[in-house]
Amino acid sequence: MRARDWLLTGIAGLAGFAAVALCIVYVVSFGGRGIGAAVAPIGGPFTLTDDTGATVTEKTLTGKPYAMYFGYTYCPDICPTTLFDLSRWIQKLGPDADKLNYVFVTVDPERDTPKLMHAYLSSFDKHIRGFTGTADQIAKIAKEYRVYYKKVPTDDGNYVMDHSAIIYLMGPDDKFVTVIPYQEDDASALAKLKNLAALTPTS
Amino acid sequence: MCAFSKFAFAAILIAIAAPAFAQATTTAPIAVEQPWARATPAGAMTGAVYMTLDNKSASADRLTGASSDVADKLQIHEMTVVNGVMQMRQLADGLPIPAGGSVVLKPGSYHVMLIGLKQPLTPGETFPLTLTFAKAGNISVTVAVQAIGAMQDSKGGMGDNKSGGGMGNMEMK
Repeated sequence: MRARDWLLTGIAGLAGFAAVALCIVYVVSFGGRGIGAAVAPIGGPFTLTDDTGATVTEKTLTGKPYAMYFGYTYCPDICPTTLFDLSRWIQKLGPDADKLNYVFVTVDPERDTPKLMHAYLSSFDKHIRGFTGTADQIAKIAKEYRVYYKKVPTDDGNYVMDHSAIIYLMGPDDKFVTVIPYQEDDASALAKLKNLAALTPTS
Repeated sequence: MCAFSKFAFAAILIAIAAPAFAQATTTAPIAVEQPWARATPAGAMTGAVYMTLDNKSASADRLTGASSDVADKLQIHEMTVVNGVMQMRQLADGLPIPAGGSVVLKPGSYHVMLIGLKQPLTPGETFPLTLTFAKAGNISVTVAVQAIGAMQDSKGGMGDNKSGGGMGNMEMK
């Protein structure tokens, strides 16, 4: 009796081990490819409203590479810092500046009207356009760009926004190229933008 | 002679600069050094004030609040970037200032947030600000407005101002 129990336990253990081993072999062999294929690319179609009130889509930007930053105008620190840095880099690009599109997309469509964004962006380089939209439209583009944002209530009944602080650099074919993270040094950021400008079709 | 003239020049500079940037009296336990704010973009409803708080007393203190005529509401905030995500939080219990230590409020870190700006802050202007401390009470200072992209008070002279402190000849819309 006891010997048979031990035997059964042993068989079950071996079977379990084999199953685990097979799983590991499967994941190592096929899992990486499978996971890679399942990840959606960064970027995608959108319909938004620009700071002049015009409807814009991803096709508005197609043909030129673009730099896209997500933030909001009630942001007192990081957004003006980033838009100011971007403005300086645009100036340093010189003639290459016109080879790119630059977009500031709000994560706070409730407060950021086209009119407010237009006024706000008048304080930065004139190349930077503002995009806003409905809550659903913003949620869609944020999801496509894997931008995190969250409304955080403050005790005075207002709110602040947590948000990704990354400039996305996209190719002329709307394909993701790279990012400029927060506090990237000037030389590196500028090199990335110059490389992006080089992707602009010449014809 | 030369050394003396240098000293005299420095003394004059300090004499000129001190009233403008160090409003706290020497008897106050907290010295508020170089309070400054960034100019705000057109239409912006918020702004941020930065400074160095130097606690000269032997007991810890906290910056618990602030008030100014330039905005509806002022709050003490901490800004952090964690895994590429910016988070801004009100410090409900205030900003601790250790005994004999100092805390720097600067871009990308702590700031006094101006909420509901009544008018844009423009470079070169100044405005009054009253800071409230748990122990030191109220201290009034004059805040100097710097350029939009300034990373520190332009009179600070500490270098490493990558933004060059100004909008320069930036072409506007």
